This record gives sequence, C-alpha cells and structure tokens, in this order.
Amino acid sequence: MLEAAYKTGLVFFPAFDWAISDTHPEREERLLYTQDQVFEEGLFDIDGITEFKAELADVRDVRRVHFCVPDEERVMTESHFISAGGAITLAKALMEKRIERGFALVRPPGHHAMRMVHGNRGFCNVNNEAVMVEFLRQTYGIDRVAIIDTDCHHGDGTQDIYWHDPDTLFISMHQDGRTLYPGSGFTDELGGPNAAGTTLNIPLPPHTSEEGFLFVIREVVLPILEEFKPDLIINSAGQDNHFTDPITNMHFSAQGYADLTRILKPDLAVLEGGYSIEGALPYINLGIILAMAGIDYSHVREPGYDLEKLRQSPQITKIIEETGKTVLQNWRQREIIGRHMKGFNKFAERRRSIFYDTDGLHETQAETLRVCDECGGALKIASRCDSGFQAMAVHIPRKACKSCKELGFTWYESADARSYDFIFLQNRTDDTYVERKRR
Amino acid sequence: MIIGLDVGGTHTDVVLVGENGLKRHAKIPTDTAALFETVLAGLEKITENINIGDISHAVLSTTLTTNAIVQNKLPPAGMIVSGGPGVNPEAFRTNQYYYITSGSIDHSGREIQPVDPDEIAAIAAKLKDQGIRNVGVVGKFSTRNTAHETRIAEIIAPHFDNVFPGHKISGHLNFPRRIHTTFLNASVYPLHKTFFEAVKTSLEHKGITIPIYVLKADGGTMAFAASIDFPGQTVLSGPSASVMGSLAFAPEKAETIVMDIGGTTTDMAVLIDRVPLLAPQGIELGRYKTLIRALHSYSIGLGGDSVIRLDGKEITIGPERNGPAMAYGGPTPTPTDALFVLGRVTGGDREKSAKGIQPIADALGLNLEQAAEAVFDRTCRQIMAAARHMIEEINRKPVYTIKELLKGHQVKPTNILVLGGPAGHFVERLADISGLPVATVPAWSVANAVGTALSRATCEVSLFADTQKGFIMAPEESFSQPVKVNFTSQEALQIGYQLLRQKAHKIGADMDSLEMDVLEELEFNMVRGFRMTGKNIRIKLQVKPGLIRNYKTITDKIAAGAAI
Repeated sequence: MLEAAYKTGLVFFPAFDWAISDTHPEREERLLYTQDQVFEEGLFDIDGITEFKAELADVRDVRRVHFCVPDEERVMTESHFISAGGAITLAKALMEKRIERGFALVRPPGHHAMRMVHGNRGFCNVNNEAVMVEFLRQTYGIDRVAIIDTDCHHGDGTQDIYWHDPDTLFISMHQDGRTLYPGSGFTDELGGPNAAGTTLNIPLPPHTSEEGFLFVIREVVLPILEEFKPDLIINSAGQDNHFTDPITNMHFSAQGYADLTRILKPDLAVLEGGYSIEGALPYINLGIILAMAGIDYSHVREPGYDLEKLRQSPQITKIIEETGKTVLQNWRQREIIGRHMKGFNKFAERRRSIFYDTDGLHETQAETLRVCDECGGALKIASRCDSGFQAMAVHIPRKACKSCKELGFTWYESADARSYDFIFLQNRTDDTYVERKRR
Repeated sequence: MIIGLDVGGTHTDVVLVGENGLKRHAKIPTDTAALFETVLAGLEKITENINIGDISHAVLSTTLTTNAIVQNKLPPAGMIVSGGPGVNPEAFRTNQYYYITSGSIDHSGREIQPVDPDEIAAIAAKLKDQGIRNVGVVGKFSTRNTAHETRIAEIIAPHFDNVFPGHKISGHLNFPRRIHTTFLNASVYPLHKTFFEAVKTSLEHKGITIPIYVLKADGGTMAFAASIDFPGQTVLSGPSASVMGSLAFAPEKAETIVMDIGGTTTDMAVLIDRVPLLAPQGIELGRYKTLIRALHSYSIGLGGDSVIRLDGKEITIGPERNGPAMAYGGPTPTPTDALFVLGRVTGGDREKSAKGIQPIADALGLNLEQAAEAVFDRTCRQIMAAARHMIEEINRKPVYTIKELLKGHQVKPTNILVLGGPAGHFVERLADISGLPVATVPAWSVANAVGTALSRATCEVSLFADTQKGFIMAPEESFSQPVKVNFTSQEALQIGYQLLRQKAHKIGADMDSLEMDVLEELEFNMVRGFRMTGKNIRIKLQVKPGLIRNYKTITDKIAAGAAI
C-alpha cells in the first residue's frame, strides 16, 4: 500500500459553478479533468494524504492585504473568498502540525492581484498567497516568508504587495515580459528602497524546457533561499509553463513540475494559472501532489511528451545562465543597491499606470514611501481609476517604527475627504482597517 | 409474510413479519464454522408449522463473504491490471497472481496505448498454470472506455471459469479501489454461489420454494440470482441490518443518529428524514478499500463489556474488552457492572460487580454508588463525543461548487434512537448530555432481522456523456450509444432513469414503488480553442435505501406490541 513520506494536505476546490465567462480559460471546466485524474488515481485514499474542505476567508483576512475599491463585496465573488479560504485552511493545518506540506488546488487564481484592487486583472481579484501569508503572520507569529512564483506569467500582484517588505522574499520565474502578459518582471525590478533585493525576477526565454527551469531552481533560487532563511516557503504553483499550454510558449512538462516541487520543497503551494486543461493539468497536478507527499512519480507522463523534441537550444541555455548570474549578483549586492536607492531622500515616490485586462479598467497610482532604515516604511497610495473611483490608501507595515506609524496616522487623518471617494488606513501593527468616505 | 434472517457474530436472528407485525422470532447460536447449517436451522425454525404459501420471500444477511475475506480463506483470484501513466499499479498488488500489462486509456476515454493480445495470452497461460480459475480485469479509466477490459476479457475467457471486468463492478472513478473491489468480487464468487445454491436447494427439498434476497452493505437488497455476479456487494451487510430496522421508528422529518450499543462496540449511523446516509466512497475491510456502496457507519470500541481504566482521577472506557462483565464472571469491571451496582440491571452477581467497582471508588474517594454513577456517566459522555465526531466528519466532507459550500446541507441531529443490549438504561442520560430527545427502537433485540426483512432493493447507475466525441455510456450496464453535439443533460437523465428501471427490475425490485433520485448531475461546456465544442455530462442515479411498500402496517404493529 502507498504511504506518503510527508503528511500532505490538499484543498481541492474546482469551483464547478464559477467562470469569468462561458469560453474564458478561467471557466467551470478548468479542473474537471484534474479531478478525474486525482479521483481515478485514488490519491485521497493514500495514507498520509488528507483532503480538507475549504473554508471561507473573512473580509478581515482580505483587509490585511488589499484595499478594495469600492469595497470587498463589489470586487470579489464568493469563489474568491473560498479560494483564499482554501489556502488559509491548509496554513492552519500546517501550523497545527496536522500536515507537513500542503497544496491548495483552488480557483480562481490570485497572483496578479495587487494591493489596490479595482477589479480583475489577469484572471485575479484577490491574492490568495498574500492573504494566507498575512493570516499566518497575524495568527501564528510567522515572520520571514519566501514566495517562489513558478507561474509562466510574472507575479506582478504579489510583487506589488511585497515590494516594500524586507521580510518577504519574492522570486518570480516566468516567460520574458517582452513576450507575454503582464509585460513586467525584469531583472532590474528589485523592490523599493526599504526592501531592495527581496524582490527578484528571473525572466526566461520562450521554449525554456526542463533543463532551464531546474537549473534556475538549483543554481539561483536554492542558494538565495539558503541565505534568506525563511520560516516558510510558499510556491505560487502556476502550471502554464507546460508545452501544451494554449496561452504561453514554454516547454516544461509534468515530470519537470514534479522535479521542481521535489527540489524546492515548498511548505505550502497554491495553484495559479494553467490552461491546458486536458493534456497537462491532470498530469502536472498528479506529479506535484506525489512529489509533495514524497511518493514515486516516475510513471507520470502526459501524452505527447518527447524529451528530445522539447529540449531547449544551447542559445536559450546561455541566456538563462546569464540571467541567473545577474539575479545572483543583484541579490549579493542588495545592501549597496538599497543604499543607492535611498540616497539622501526622506521619501521615495512612484507613479504608475495599471491596467485591468479582464475588467477593462485603467488606474493611475502615485505612491509615497517613507524611506526608513528601521522598518518597511509608511506607505501612501493615491489611486484614480476610470471606473470613476478615487481613493487614498495608507499602509502601516507590520513592524513599523514609531515614526512611520505616526506618519501613517497623520496621512490618514489629514487626507482631504472632499478629494477622494475613499480614504483607507490599513494598520498592520494592530491588525486594524478603517475608512472614511467622501464628504 | 416475509422472513428476515441476520447472521451475527454470536447469534443469528430470524423473524417472520407480516400484516400483523412480528409473527414469530427466533435466536439461534451462530456456528461460524458451519454457517450453512446455521442459516438452514434458522429458516427451518421460523417456518415450522407455517403455511409456506403465506410467505412471499426471505431476505438473508450473512457474514459469509465478510468472514471469508477477513480470515483469508478464499481460493486465490488472478488480476490483470493495466495502468498507463500515473501511480505505479504495483502499489495495489492483491496477491502473487497479479499481472500488470501495457495498454492505457486517458481521463477522457481516449486510447493512449493499445492492448497487446500476445502479452495477455502469455499472462493467461501463466495464470492457468498456477491453477487460477477466476480472474479480474481492471484498467485505469475503464469507466470512460470499456474497450480494453472487454478485449482482455474476450481473449482470456476460454481459459477460466469466470472473468470479471472492473467496469461492470463499479461505475465510479477510483482505480485502486476498483482493483480491490473486482478482486474481492472474483474471490468470493465461488463461495457465494455454492452457498446460496445449497441454501436454495435444501429449502426446495423441504418444500420451501420462495424467492431469496440478500442484504447489501447499503441497506438495500438484491435477488439472489442477480447477486451471483456481484457477490462483493453482500460484504459487511451486518451494520446496515440494524439501521434499516430502526428506520421506521425515526420521526418522518428529522436528522436521527442511530446507536447500536453492544457489548464490545457501539455502531452509529445517520438518518435524514428516514433515509440513511451513504458512505462517500465504499466499505473498507481489512486492507481492502473498495467501491462497494455502504451506509455511512461509525464504530467505536465502547460497549457494555468494555474495560474501565483509571488514569489518575480520570475514568476512560474501552476500547478493549476482556470478557463479559464481572457480574457474569468476567475478569475486569465494565460499564455493565456499574449498572448492576446501581441496581438498574439484575440477573447477575451484583456482589462481583461491586468488588470490581470498589477499587475505582477508593481511588476517586467516592462511595460505591457514586463511583458506579461516574463510570456510567463517563460511558455516556464518550458515546456522545464519538457521535459529535461522526457528525463533524460528515459535515467536513469536501464539496466542489460554491453553491454546496455556501448552502450545502450540514447535518444537525435532532434526535437519537438507541438499540442493543443495555440501550434502555442509556436513554435518560444520553438525553441529558445531548439535549436531544432519545428513544429506544421498539423490539430492538430483533431490529436487525426486522430491518433485513423490510429492506427494499437498491441499485445505482453512472452515466458519462461527451457530446464533442459524440457518445453516452453507462459502463456497469454495458451501455453505450452515439449522441449529437446538442444532446442535453435532460436527455441523459431520461436514459439514466430508463437504465435504472431496467436494473431495478433485474435485481428484483418492486417496480410499482420505485423511489429513484439523482445523486449527481453535472454538465460542463467543453471549450476548445476558445469555441464551445460540446458538453461533458456526468450523472449518477439511485434507487435509494428504504423500506418496502407496506412496511408501515408492519412496523406500527411492532411498535404497539413492543415487548420482546
């Protein structure tokens, strides 16, 4: 009989009654064949693999991470609360030592959802991983967390949320932003001045195969993890690097995903994208679950798999090696880079334009950060969206110093309620969230 | 009138029920080594001086197949298994006559690798050499495309007594469980067939020519003739007998916990509006996890004869049993001894009970009666804790749609029915602890046999349609037909009901009172290349477990004249 080497928890929530639209890749059918495979393989019967029922995330859980405009109910559906709740369910089970590892197979995905949410971008409304991580920090006092995003698309939402957080290492490996949505995630995106180097991006050329992915994990990600020493490793486990995925151009495989999982050893993984629903997902998910549980996955093979045909060119290998070098160099020089970014400035400012492809919205943001040597820094975001809403949001980080905390309150209180529809204060030092509305 | 016979571990209960309620009942000792004689003796005793013409049929619940599996006393069956990509099927090996072959089918029923007839012929030759006579054939995803199993079965059929293709045993997805279910089915086949044919013949010799039904683990029955090919379904029918016997005495609109408090264990089940809850997958027996449909039952090692343990000032009961209560000459004090001390049970040696409880009283600084009261209270509390745990487990079952997650049914018990030896003494205390109404099942000592007699036939069909590929199939029924791309789940349901009716007829159901319902109805749009290309439809229908048409006149009489 099969037995898991590591007690593994699964939340399987395929949301069989939720879709963005009838023919959208993010539709009811997406995890149907994965379910068939998982059921037919009898995975939930294996000793040491436990299926948990997803719980609903609370609005409070969302408010630790996001500013939802106009409010949570208007930008999220029930399925989003369940998806984020599924991740929380496993986080709890892990902390209570009922499992050693967990994989939340939930939809909809979340890694394109940024701190400010006006709608859906890249199929995402709420960042499941961030909601889970902040829940863990609030409830169990977890401090240092690494999020490794292996989805084919740049995890720009997670990057945005942790851009100024020196205690969260965010590494995204993805298809080069010059060739794919959302068009970001280059090696020079390293985080803000108070957290330089704890955001790292590894863009990979189209047609990268097993060799390239595993090289990056072994030679770049693992050494950085070893130095960062996180309390927990989270994997944003997108499955769209597969050679059959209809909306990307990579050459990864089910065996490759299983290998990646075995080597990375994430404590918790959360499903992100992946839209080859028949030819890839059933096999990738099977491979990942077996790898997490420490069970032999060598027989997992999807139809059409041909190692030779999928092999990457020497040129691709060379580009990946160069990128790896750059990333490692940036990581090693992060203190210098950070000092340089800070300069003699009291504040760092960022102006951005963000588009919500799914909902067809356009937002402009002006972000002000207090440059600080003691904490992540008080953060203020002025946001205007063509949905018609204007918001001012203040974030006081979890370990804010006295000055940043006071500044955060001042910002919130002095904001002019005639100029904004909403003024928010997200105070992570005492886990509160308050708002004022237009006068 | 109907005969119900339930073979238990120590006793076999037989009843004769009819319009006037319980006409007759008998209890005879079970001789596990001579089950045939036991069954026959029971049937003879109950029909003594009865006009056979007045008996419509008999329903038997036996431990025949269960015991044979648990004791590993079966002739070995062979298995031919094709896995394809995924978990290595070696992990599900049943015995040394287990062969893994090439050939595979994917989740959509597409052939990935064909069957190799030479390879199959070679395996068949080996199995034959090894003296194997019954063989199971199971392929991964055979419920999505039965062709491989059918082909293999055709090739090997001439060499064996019987070949069992997995897709006929269960329409559910779960390859390892399908392997084990098919294996058990093939293993118990000869035993089951021989046994019941012998029973039938012997009865006929005595002039008792009545249809015979067997009870299944899901609380339903099937005609003996129909059970020949599916003997696996008769495994572990015991627990369902008592549940079915309690059913009629539950309120009509209620969520009822049924507790069978025995000497060694307490077995529990749940009724929702008098319909028993089914287990999500299938029974587990020894090392075998199966797809055999069963009632959701929960068993704890706690009964009247359980050991009382003292851990500091903390009393715990069970899970072991060292023998009978001290009042009946047992070696260690038990909850039954506590009842003796309290004077609620008589007919044994109270002095011996007192001797057993006294050290507990001393350790706790209580007097004898207080200690007995504490033991009894603890017993009831442990039973209720287990019941709560069972309910939580049921409600924790994962669901896969938003609707079910937000509005899905959560079981909230509204009352408790108890049966079993000491049950009557537990009513008041269980009610105090749970805050729920608690009642005993009338004539509880034969409720198992009554349940066996009154259960109706049940069955299930699974359908799968893929309108893009253009087919609908029901693997267990060997049914498949082409469909157009605009085929709907409404049409699929119609086909399903038709197949279910045919199946129900075949297993001997009362066709005038067939209660069918939908267990699963899922329909997905299939989109390929951003275009809708078809529908994927999955349907499961059942004749749900329940009692036969005229049960109420019978059970009302039983309730009225309850004293047995």
